Amino acid sequence: MKETTVDKILGHPLNAWYVAAWDHEVNRKPLARTVAKRPLALYRTEDGDAVALADACWHRLAPLSMGKLEGRDGIRCPYHGILYNSAGRCVSMPAQETINPSATVASFPVVERYRFVWVWLGDAALADPELVPDMHQMDDPEWAGDGLTISVQCNYQLVLDNLMDLTHEEFVHSSSIGQEALSESEFTVHHDERTVTVERWMLGIDAPPFWLKNMRDKFPGFEGKVDRWQIIHFESPTTINIDVGVARAGTGAPQGDRSQGVNGYVMNTISPVTDRSSLYFWAFMRNYRLESQVITTQLRDGVSGVFREDEDMLVAQQAAIDANPDYEFYSLNIDAGGMWVRRLIERQLAAEGRLPAPLAAG
Amino acid sequence: MATSHAAVWQRATVLDTTALTDHIRRIVLAPDHPATVDAGAHIDVRVPIGGVPDRRSYSVVDDGPDGRSLAISVLDSPRSRGGARAMHALRPGDTIEITQPIVDFPLRVGAAHYVLLAGGIGITAVMGMARVLRSVRADYTLVYAGRSRPALAYLEQLQSAHGDRLRLHISDEGTPLDVTELVGGVEPGTELYLCGPIRLMDAVRRAWIERELPYPDLRFETFGNSGWFAPEDFVVRIPRIGAEVTVRATETMLEALEAAEVDLMFDCRKGECGLCEVRVLDLDGDIDHRDVFYSERQKDSRGAMCCCVSRAVAPPGGTAVVSIDIS
Ligand code: FES
Ligand code: FES
Ligand SMILES: [Fe+2]
Repeated sequence: MKETTVDKILGHPLNAWYVAAWDHEVNRKPLARTVAKRPLALYRTEDGDAVALADACWHRLAPLSMGKLEGRDGIRCPYHGILYNSAGRCVSMPAQETINPSATVASFPVVERYRFVWVWLGDAALADPELVPDMHQMDDPEWAGDGLTISVQCNYQLVLDNLMDLTHEEFVHSSSIGQEALSESEFTVHHDERTVTVERWMLGIDAPPFWLKNMRDKFPGFEGKVDRWQIIHFESPTTINIDVGVARAGTGAPQGDRSQGVNGYVMNTISPVTDRSSLYFWAFMRNYRLESQVITTQLRDGVSGVFREDEDMLVAQQAAIDANPDYEFYSLNIDAGGMWVRRLIERQLAAEGRLPAPLAAG
Repeated sequence: MATSHAAVWQRATVLDTTALTDHIRRIVLAPDHPATVDAGAHIDVRVPIGGVPDRRSYSVVDDGPDGRSLAISVLDSPRSRGGARAMHALRPGDTIEITQPIVDFPLRVGAAHYVLLAGGIGITAVMGMARVLRSVRADYTLVYAGRSRPALAYLEQLQSAHGDRLRLHISDEGTPLDVTELVGGVEPGTELYLCGPIRLMDAVRRAWIERELPYPDLRFETFGNSGWFAPEDFVVRIPRIGAEVTVRATETMLEALEAAEVDLMFDCRKGECGLCEVRVLDLDGDIDHRDVFYSERQKDSRGAMCCCVSRAVAPPGGTAVVSIDIS
């Protein structure tokens, strides 16, 4: 087997939890979302349980997401009125006295965790909630923050690549978090079966504007050099939580004393939609000034602006990939983290018997 | 999901066949296009009956890695319509046409409790489900009912795989299945998956409705090949077009009418959709309703029948004749 391909359009594992929506998006009005090429109708039962049904009626495949919720856990097809329960079983066929026993739509396993609704589109017998990636900062009382969703027109793996190598900050995000020290500093990479970690420290540098503001939120009037860190934690197949921060230079942050600094976690989890589109769910969480809603909003809006710069680049990159089908990817040493991510994903695809991935346009 | 509803035909080679009981053979096939098999899947098979290809459905009992092989088990009883005989005659190296696995009887993982109920050869439809439920450590009971111990296929294998979760009911050992007791003991939140002869299915359905359990939690699969009476020849008349056709015991009414070039509509061919309905104008004898499309009320009225599965049965000492009109 050829390991670590640089396929430009990477297939996605199916035996995995992907975020379909924020918890607040799933309610008593059906929501249409596509995850891993599977259109879903998402809703909540009267008991508050999130439900993910295939968004195509058994009868003539009309989208159930256009239908109405009925009773404790039902949804009625908007076309000829078949009523389904949350298990996807037909409960009533309006035009006949009986129910066809094969009338079902797929009901996918759902877990609500870390403010997200996660769905499992592969083999339901393997859908272990323990496999939901760790994003505990999302709803841990020690952390505060908020985030948004980006619907980005590119293969999900391009987003993972983007997050696994942050030297791009110097060029893409020069006005907020970029600085030369990023591409000049050393980094280390570690991996195991499900995770990849990339760690980078920049010691005794000037704080870029974003971090200077954060330092001053915690230490009013702060001036001086900082030690800056970025520790990228990837968890298979598409979650990347980045431990970021700066501390007053020389106060021991690299040794573990972060008390003289500010610490954030950039939470990212990417759901493939099609081969060329993805849903990118993110949040910026912090562990200082938890009481300040102003800071929550400022950070969310600030990071949102930074991520718009990434989105522009990713969309342009995907367009260039598609416009140059005869050109391949080459690698740099900064791609080490991203290449380990590819290898873990490819092993999972191989285990599912899905390599080489059938890659139709879409 | 690897398995789909659509029938995609392919060739398969017979790898092995073994007798499991006096009347049941296990047949292992290597499909040309392997696909993973979900619990509750069946394949359709084209079998030649008297030189004419016909279609039969068989549950997939188990499968090899990545679906490169799959096993079915076929009961040849005096009541079968001839397909089973042809299947029993298969030998290693023979090739047949089969569909990719089709799932019309999906297992849903996540219910609080499960009862899997098999009557006789119906075990083939629920064995894969039992395997999945065991592997996800679900709370399930596998109930296996039959006439005699030697007639129960896969018995030892099931005993060692499911231990206490397997409950046996064997009529000639004095432990027949009591449907009322079984359904009466079902805990709320239970899904019951059922495959067996029509009498068993009917009894369970009645008991389920009686106890006012949620109807969608009763899951069953029927291939429409089990009736209240043994199949026999009968005559169909269609006065409006002046047709008269004899339906042989070995063919369905729909097949006989098709062979006579009567233009009929159908879809599922297993008594579920109701598209093959014919209106009954006159009847000498009775109707053996083998479908699950009509309600009891509709069946009792004898005003129409699903000709893909249902049959006429003779009055005492005669031949059944049914006069129908078609759409
Ligand atoms: S398409 Fe849904 S009931 Fe017809
Ligand atoms: S064809 Fe569907 S019930 Fe006969
Ligand atoms: Fe970026």
